[in-house]
Amino acid sequence: MDNMQKQELASLTLTQAAGLLAKGEASSSELTKLMLDRIAASNNNAYITVNAEAMAAAEAADARRREGGSLSPVDGLPMALKDNFCVRGMKTTCASRMLENFVPPYTATVAEKLADAGTVLLGKVNMDEFAAGNATDTSYFGPTKNPRDPKRVAGGSSGGSAAAVAEDTAYFTMGSDTGGSVRQPAAFCGVVGLKPTYGRVSRYGVVAFASSLDQVGPLNKTVEDCALTLSLIAGRDPRDASSLPNPVPDYLAGLKGAEGLKGLRVGVPKEYMGPGIQAEIRENVKKLIADLQTAGAIVEECSLPQLEYALSAYYVISSAEFSSNLGRFDGVKYGYRAKSYDGYDDMLRRTRSEAFGDEVKRRILLGTYTLSAGYFDAYYLRAQKARTLIMEDFRRAFSQYDILLTPTTPVTAWPLGTAFEDPSKVYAMDLCTVSVNVAGLPAISLPWGTDREGMPVGVQLIGPTLSEDRILQAAHGVEALSLHNYGEGRGQKGGGVHV
Amino acid sequence: MSDYKAVIGLEVHAELDTASKIYCGCTTAFGGEENTHVCPVCLGLPGALPLLNEKVVEFCIKAGLALNCKINNYSRQDRKHYFYPDLPKSFQTSQLDLPICYDGYLDIEVNGQTKRIGITRIHIEEDAGKLIHGLTGTRVDYNRGATGLIEIVSEPDLSSPEEVYAYMETLRQVLLYTGVSNCKMEEGSLRCDVNVSIHKEGEPFGVRTEMKNINSLSAAKAATAYEIKRQKQVLEEGGSLFQATLRWDDAKGINYVMRVKEHADEYYYFPEPDIMPIVISPEKVEAIRATLPELPKARQQRYKEQYGLSDYDANILTVSKALSDLFDQAVAECQGPAKACANFIMGDITRLLNEEALQPEEVPFGGKELAELANLASQGAISSSAASKVVEMLFQPEFAGKGPKAIVEEQNLGQVSDQGAIKAMCQQVIDANPKIVEDYRGGKKQAISALVGQVMKASKGKANPAMANQLLEELLGS
Ligand SMILES: [Zn+2]
Repeated sequence: MDNMQKQELASLTLTQAAGLLAKGEASSSELTKLMLDRIAASNNNAYITVNAEAMAAAEAADARRREGGSLSPVDGLPMALKDNFCVRGMKTTCASRMLENFVPPYTATVAEKLADAGTVLLGKVNMDEFAAGNATDTSYFGPTKNPRDPKRVAGGSSGGSAAAVAEDTAYFTMGSDTGGSVRQPAAFCGVVGLKPTYGRVSRYGVVAFASSLDQVGPLNKTVEDCALTLSLIAGRDPRDASSLPNPVPDYLAGLKGAEGLKGLRVGVPKEYMGPGIQAEIRENVKKLIADLQTAGAIVEECSLPQLEYALSAYYVISSAEFSSNLGRFDGVKYGYRAKSYDGYDDMLRRTRSEAFGDEVKRRILLGTYTLSAGYFDAYYLRAQKARTLIMEDFRRAFSQYDILLTPTTPVTAWPLGTAFEDPSKVYAMDLCTVSVNVAGLPAISLPWGTDREGMPVGVQLIGPTLSEDRILQAAHGVEALSLHNYGEGRGQKGGGVHV
Repeated sequence: MSDYKAVIGLEVHAELDTASKIYCGCTTAFGGEENTHVCPVCLGLPGALPLLNEKVVEFCIKAGLALNCKINNYSRQDRKHYFYPDLPKSFQTSQLDLPICYDGYLDIEVNGQTKRIGITRIHIEEDAGKLIHGLTGTRVDYNRGATGLIEIVSEPDLSSPEEVYAYMETLRQVLLYTGVSNCKMEEGSLRCDVNVSIHKEGEPFGVRTEMKNINSLSAAKAATAYEIKRQKQVLEEGGSLFQATLRWDDAKGINYVMRVKEHADEYYYFPEPDIMPIVISPEKVEAIRATLPELPKARQQRYKEQYGLSDYDANILTVSKALSDLFDQAVAECQGPAKACANFIMGDITRLLNEEALQPEEVPFGGKELAELANLASQGAISSSAASKVVEMLFQPEFAGKGPKAIVEEQNLGQVSDQGAIKAMCQQVIDANPKIVEDYRGGKKQAISALVGQVMKASKGKANPAMANQLLEELLGS
């Protein structure tokens, strides 16, 4: 195989690669070896841990296929998990010094489901420390570079997941999305990222950031791949009390390209098209609106007036739950423990001071503050009230529209090392994505052109509770329009992929 | 000095007798090798999620109904945060403002007076692990961690150490009867925090101190008495009290100050996002109410009215549910008076339980056997001393499966009621004891009991004593 062929093979979509395996034109071992070689050659720092057992798993998948006992259409396809998914016997660091050497004794439900489908785990990918961040620059293991331009951030917190898909070092990856952590890096790296309805996918075994907002989601090369991946992981998990019992529909069945856009009622919240959004991104969205109308969709401006509270409500609730969830890292049972200390209190203080990064500490402090007896009503309780209002807003909107269209991010990927004036400026970058988590809704981000510098722009489609099939159908239509407009490739215009 | 009044409130923690822990499938069995009854959930490993054990909610409702509480149809769990090595998640999953049960009461009896003690609330929460201090350092055993607990909070309605004792005793009885907790205080299954303050009539309540984790009834009483006395002494000497948490040292009989409370405790409570709200339908409450056993108070009343038992007997019989159940089962099958069954339970059975160091639940036979024994005794087929022997044998493993009748026959313990045989023995005794006979004939009528004793001795305890008495009188021609 020459380099050209290798590059071609690596850039296949999950669906295409599955087709090759089915026809016997490639083997899992070949694809896995290819991915491992590319991971070793990459300078983007997408991976934290490479699975030493990956080749063995690939060979087992090939053996199954030879004997006609494949576990699923994706049996043998190599993929990666964000490093907050517990996998028995494999390091799960959450990109923190605290868990640098933590090896969990159990496996996350989603990781189990993917293993049951026969996929090959290549390793664990980089993220913001404990998922607190939106640029994968708070990782203890260094930032992940954006494969579209290695001088820029990959987004976060699932930056490693997005980068691995974009640089073709995995056919798909899993991330987790608390306020945009799947969709925003997907937008920055020019890939597809889905945040399912809260409860659609099990959270069991995924290290919690904010329990009432966290949701596991896939990052893929195409919408079709995304639908296929969601089919593998969705469904009720008896180990997760918040998981929903509703049956899982056939997500692939409704995909019919631009055809699927006919008669679709699309609302465009004006709150997400204001001056806070980079002008080029607004231009791209307007172009999409025009294309949607041409394709037969009904597009209207709409308003969700309570959205202005979403960002504050999100940061109050998520920080409160974050501070609570991270209390368990005390150096007693596992993880980092300070080398020298005098008694329990001192051990606790030193362990947490030494092993947590600044952003994690900032959010723990913020969360602890908002939960203090004197401030609880003013912050946490008000944030929960705002949450109810935001849900109401969405409910009203969905009585008129099938889906809502927004930019995924206010800006495209910024240069690595950008110094923001203060943390609230960084938090404002989550403007378009957090309301979806606050309301527990499903949303997808997919590439829609680039900015003038060639950086991908992401658009977001939001649907009502459990409408994953609907938003995948709409996204499939938008993807078809994108191919028509921007040509081949996942939203990038000409720009090559840096590995 | 005596015009100070004590105001006392109790927070009682009872470990629930569910088979598995509150959020996972691990066993709640006491003991076990360190950290063997654990899993990712009860160890609070990152990513593990709790699943609320339905039984814990049911048991809490059951306790609440037995304590006359109202049940919240919508309740939820909250996280209570503090750092301590025995708390693996750094928060205890508890309940803050929406407990499952609220507004109940428990009637207690002190010196023959009934007093109603208010129950503010009962909520569910998880237990912590245990610290084990060794020579090389401190270890943590999480076997007990995340066992389901209920916390029963009383109103400050108690006013003396005796009332504290009676409250704990009565509460323990209710929890045992409902099967909610095994209440083994020596295993820490039942423990209480006692809040004490004193004040003078008409004056505002005094400064409150709290004694934590007291694990016996007598310690609760002694600690309360000590604390009331200490507070009085401080005030009488012109000193002032401060809010504090105290630790009672039962061996030394004194309180230590653990920490002085300058501020209200800060636990950063917020609703537990990983556990869905607890919704309890009125139908469910009624279904649980239907499973409530008859409680001690009601049983005592029934024993007095239906069987004519004394207050004393009724109280003793209902101390343990197991013995009270045994009594009820025996009475149902017994042809003689209920008192006969009661006497066996309060006498021989209780004595043997003590001697063998057994719990009331461990009586190795049932009501049917006890009824059979009581029937034999009241029909005069065995003497009372033979009956005691039968009870002893019923406790022995080698007689397992054999009923009293079979044992009496096999061991030849039947009472001799054959008039001819007893008459012959009486004559022998009269002939052999001329001195006693002379006393009797001389007017000392009570001397006959000495002769009856001799007949019993001669018959190896098998003669019917009433018949011997009657025949002796006849033979002596009175
Ligand atoms: Zn467990």
